[in-house]
Amino acid sequence: MSGAATQPVIELTEVYKAFGPKKVLNGVNLTVGERESVVIIGGSGTGKSVTLKCILGLLQPDSGSIKVDGEEVTTIGQGRDRDRINAKFGMLFQGAALFDSLRVWENVAFGLIQGRGMGREEAREKAIEKMAQVGLGRDVLDRFPAELSGGMQKRVGLARAIAADPEIIFFDEPTTGLDPIMSDVINDLIVECVKVVGCSALSITHDMASARKIANRIAMLYQGKIIWAGPADQIDRSGNDHVDQFIHGRAEGPIQMQVRAL
Amino acid sequence: MRELHPINFVALIGRAFLAFLATAGRLVLFATEGVSHIFRPPFYWRLIWRQMVDIGYYSLPVVGMTGLFAGMVLALQSYTGFARFSAEGAVATVVVLSMTRELGPVLAGLMVAGRIGASMAAELGTMRVTEQIDALTTLSTNPFKYLVAPRLLAAVTMMPLLVLVADIIGVFGGYVVSVYKLDFNAPNYLKRTWEFLEFQDVFSGLVKASVFGFLVTLMGCYQGYNSARGAQGVGAATTNAVVSSSILILIFNYIITELFFSK
Ligand SMILES: Nc1ncnc2c1ncn2[C@@H]1O[C@H](COP(=O)(O)OP(=O)(O)OP(=O)(O)O)[C@@H](O)[C@H]1O
Ligand SMILES: [Mg+2]
Repeated sequence: MSGAATQPVIELTEVYKAFGPKKVLNGVNLTVGERESVVIIGGSGTGKSVTLKCILGLLQPDSGSIKVDGEEVTTIGQGRDRDRINAKFGMLFQGAALFDSLRVWENVAFGLIQGRGMGREEAREKAIEKMAQVGLGRDVLDRFPAELSGGMQKRVGLARAIAADPEIIFFDEPTTGLDPIMSDVINDLIVECVKVVGCSALSITHDMASARKIANRIAMLYQGKIIWAGPADQIDRSGNDHVDQFIHGRAEGPIQMQVRAL
Repeated sequence: MRELHPINFVALIGRAFLAFLATAGRLVLFATEGVSHIFRPPFYWRLIWRQMVDIGYYSLPVVGMTGLFAGMVLALQSYTGFARFSAEGAVATVVVLSMTRELGPVLAGLMVAGRIGASMAAELGTMRVTEQIDALTTLSTNPFKYLVAPRLLAAVTMMPLLVLVADIIGVFGGYVVSVYKLDFNAPNYLKRTWEFLEFQDVFSGLVKASVFGFLVTLMGCYQGYNSARGAQGVGAATTNAVVSSSILILIFNYIITELFFSK
């Protein structure tokens, strides 16, 4: 599928996860190669965020294997090994998840100060630099997250995710809530992370324009399984009805929304 | 409706007991994890200091007021009570012993449960619900070390100081009522205050304070950390934290008293 000769940085094999009787992941198989940008698309509530949280160790999958740089991570627990793995990661949460008791710059610099033990002055400079990359000026540095708009919070979350120069970045809906121009700035930033900096990226998005721009490969999650995965430029020729319906945003098709007529 | 067969009834008790054991087990694990991080570097001095100020300094007014009125009412009650068998002379001793051994730590503990326990549960609960606790983990920061350990350490060290202040203010309140309202002789009252007071009385109260501080913080953090999703989950976590820590305070109050004074 991926065609990558080298070992994938992330490899999910037959991952299952249920919450009580509700089966969310039903055998997910997915790989992310080195310096590859993979985008997961899929309907709301199909388990995209849950997939990311399983990789990050925030949720424990019921069964299956998740490997990061070839190392099995479902069995390492929450100790130092988990910290070592998570040090490779940067994560943008769907709801930004900013620390509301800390100022904006302290949020961005958090991983540098707490994780790397960098001095506060130096970390602040680095935070200013990262915030400039997501289009935020010095005027918001000393504000608190609650004083920012939703889109600004999202961008602070993005700056925090990339601040510690992670090897692997996870973006949960990076452009949701942003205006079209700012969305494109963020898309460029993600592309730059992969092309120039050399990160691997696994993103979730509902925005097909964004997906086409940032993805090398697109995977579609439906009913707990990856039903299609392939190069981004072949998504229009996927030959899969579900994918076609999704990318064209049609209400009629094989994917039936669970809505009842009034 | 299902008939309440004796077997069903036993099963009901059994299930409740098992649930209780499971919760107690989880709580012990949580406490062990939290305490172990107090002693393992890195240490977040800034956070510890902030918690100390919040618990120690900002609780002073409410704990001081509680101590003051407890001491005053003690003097009044014991005076009118003891007058029935002409033992008014014991008022000073009763006030100081009751304050240091019992009322100081218990009342301060309950007030702190309402103030600190509730706010910790609400804060950690909100952090859980808005995924801030998850975000900590992804930024290579252990939530126990960052959130739980500083709170436990601050409460265990600051509560004795708070209670010491409550004791002093309480004794002062008793003194004021006795001397200015009940016409006690001031030097005599002070002499009687010191006469029968032993180190053990004050010390046991401070040990209680420390334990109560630990219990309040533990329940606040535990409930908040495991909060269910949504505003309702956070609300429930806050209520549970205050109720459970108040009950634990009263239970441990008895146990510690037994350990110190029963012979
Ligand atoms: N902690 C949890 N406890 C119980 N159920 C959960 C939990 N997290 C997620 N779920 C359930 O798992 C399903 C998938 O959730 P997830 O957040 O992964 O959806 P998603 O694909 O990211 O959707 P969206 O595009 O709307 O963000 C949902 O039905 C949700 O209710
Ligand atoms: Mg999601």
